Amino acid sequence: MNDLVEAIRAGVPGAGVDVVENPGPSAQHALLLAGSTAVAVAEFLRDSQGWDFCSNVTGVDWPARKVREVRKTMQDGKEISESTELDVPGCLEVVYHLYSLKNKLGPLVVRMRTGNRGDDVSVPSLTSVWKSAEFQEREAFDLFGIQFSDHPDLRRILMWDEFEDFPMRKDYVAPDDCEYEPTPHDEILERVNARRGEA
Amino acid sequence: MSSTIDISLGPQHPSTHGVFRMNVTLDGETVTRLQPVFGYLHRNHEKIAESNSWLAAMPYTDRLDYICPLTNNWAYALAVEKLAGIEVAERAEYIRVITAELTRLQNHIAFLGFILGDMGAWGTALMYAFREREKILDLFESLTGARMMCNYMRFGGCRCDLPAGWLEAARQVADGFPAFLDEMEALLTGNEILLARLQGVAPLAADRAINGGMSGPVLRASGVDYDIRKADAYGIYSRFAFRVPRGSVGDCYDRFMIRVLEARESVAILKQAIASIPDGPVVNPKAKQRGLRPPAGEAYGRIEGPKGELGFYLISTGGDRPYRFRIRPPSLINLTLLEELCLGTKIADVMVILGSIDIVLGEVDR
Amino acid sequence: MNLPGAGLIQGLAVTARNFVGSYFEKARMTTEQYPEERPKLPENARSFPFLVFDGDDAEAGMRCVACKICEKECPPQCILIVQDRDEAGKALKRPKVFEIDIAVCMSCQICVEVCPFDSIRMDQDYELSSFDRFAPLVLDKAKLLKSNEYYQSIHPTEAAETDARLEADRKKKEAAAAAKAAKAKPAEGAAG
Repeated sequence: MNDLVEAIRAGVPGAGVDVVENPGPSAQHALLLAGSTAVAVAEFLRDSQGWDFCSNVTGVDWPARKVREVRKTMQDGKEISESTELDVPGCLEVVYHLYSLKNKLGPLVVRMRTGNRGDDVSVPSLTSVWKSAEFQEREAFDLFGIQFSDHPDLRRILMWDEFEDFPMRKDYVAPDDCEYEPTPHDEILERVNARRGEA
Repeated sequence: MSSTIDISLGPQHPSTHGVFRMNVTLDGETVTRLQPVFGYLHRNHEKIAESNSWLAAMPYTDRLDYICPLTNNWAYALAVEKLAGIEVAERAEYIRVITAELTRLQNHIAFLGFILGDMGAWGTALMYAFREREKILDLFESLTGARMMCNYMRFGGCRCDLPAGWLEAARQVADGFPAFLDEMEALLTGNEILLARLQGVAPLAADRAINGGMSGPVLRASGVDYDIRKADAYGIYSRFAFRVPRGSVGDCYDRFMIRVLEARESVAILKQAIASIPDGPVVNPKAKQRGLRPPAGEAYGRIEGPKGELGFYLISTGGDRPYRFRIRPPSLINLTLLEELCLGTKIADVMVILGSIDIVLGEVDR
Repeated sequence: MNLPGAGLIQGLAVTARNFVGSYFEKARMTTEQYPEERPKLPENARSFPFLVFDGDDAEAGMRCVACKICEKECPPQCILIVQDRDEAGKALKRPKVFEIDIAVCMSCQICVEVCPFDSIRMDQDYELSSFDRFAPLVLDKAKLLKSNEYYQSIHPTEAAETDARLEADRKKKEAAAAAKAAKAKPAEGAAG
């Protein structure tokens, strides 16, 4: 993995690329790309390193969370554990799985992260590098709200066009579907009657 | 000077493979623009899986590509086994190969029936294919309890062992299959109408196919020698001798014939697996099914499904339910190049091209 | 040299062989005239769950102890269990309410797999249609309870294995109780 990072840094000057370790048994570590040089790095990977097949493009939602760090220190001969709470800011993430059909290698995991989950949700689109990303980036936009700049046709793909909100986010609240239920019963009927009583 | 017509093909068009709509712009009969519209079957399986345990996601995987439930189960079990580092029992590996190849067989012959239906040969080839497919579905029912929604694979093996006499019945099905394929070929392959409608329609070059993310029979029909059973050699596929057919031009006829050839190779794998299956437990006794808590991390596991590369990308944060459950749907990604393939062809060819890609809406929409 | 139309004629020959052959060979006549001919289901076939009871009295012989594991593991959450309590409010090892909504149930069989007491099993009855979409498709405890003899008739191999295992467990428990009683007796003799 580190050889690949060095090759990228040599091939694309000024490329922002880091390694994200995968703690589980699968050992599929990832490259984290900075948005400004992502397209150049992707083209380098495709043309010079042989990663010609973009298999999977997906979004992941990481809401803001508090992480507790426990540090054990020795003080006056006694072991004291201090815990500090860190605020890890939330972000949306796009994960690409690349394969090399030529060299029969893979998967190479590539990630890009947005600034936050609110207004800074733009990442560059890699559709110009691998066309297979087109529909899948549309799906990440549709379900997560990640804006892909320079995508040829960024609009909703699975939900209908007038739909608002992003269903796969962790804080998504499903709408009360009693209007869509043709024959409501039990508690759904109670809610429909309550709503009709209000209206 | 001619003006163009906009037609919405679907979602209830009889030859689509589910609720799939295409907004087609025609100049006379030639297609100038095609936009696929789907999402009619979107059940947000990925969100449902985040609120259920790892085991509870297994029956939902049956309902993705509902024609091939056992391979969907295997792909998910494979991804979880990669995520949690679970080993698979030996006998279970053989059962997985046998059921997967049976699934591939019944999918490919159902495809033959569907594409003939797309071309207007209403029902004949379809019913021939379904008559043979019934034998395989009966095998699945006696093994798993259900013809289609099988829910059979578990983490580290399979749910239950083969009932008495099942292997013999499977062997008889495998032995009778080449004769059936010969009958289908006699019915179809020399047929002038089929040749006129399939040959030369929508050729797909190999580099476009790779860049467009095509996988499975469509990729191999364009001449790319890539089969995940050989490339990744997941399970025990490295123990079986089989060939990987490859097309030359990548037109609809290549995509049609390659599935017939793959069915013959599947019969060969079946015979080898049935002959060499060992005894033993069908599930790894150390693997937990209910209450599984894989360690934090992520994994991407994929198999060569009958429609293409079916992958599951799972993220675990150490809990008892998935944090992110992503299905890599081959049918959706194979549709990326649909517009490119259909531009310049006639409206009647659009149905045939869609049929030759072989999609299932349960997988496209999830 | 191929005459034009030769492929079509060959295809028609296959169809003709199947048509004429269906008068003579059963294998070519594949339609089953349902409901006069019903399909013979294999032993493992499953439709919806049911509760098993031993003996003659459904309520007394019920194996379910309301542990609620099946309710928790059910993927579409179609099982509803309310544990029975006695007059003092202490929980009893039986369900007061056990309902399965078969309009929601997807016959996945996970409830059967996770049950530690062999009390819920899969039925094979598929002719369950009703005219009302909601109430008749919620099966309550009375409709779900079926005898062990019924279970043996639909799933003989499975039932035999379960009965053998339950019998072995019962014998082991009896042997353990007898050993404990034998140990207690000499102490009584010594004390008395």
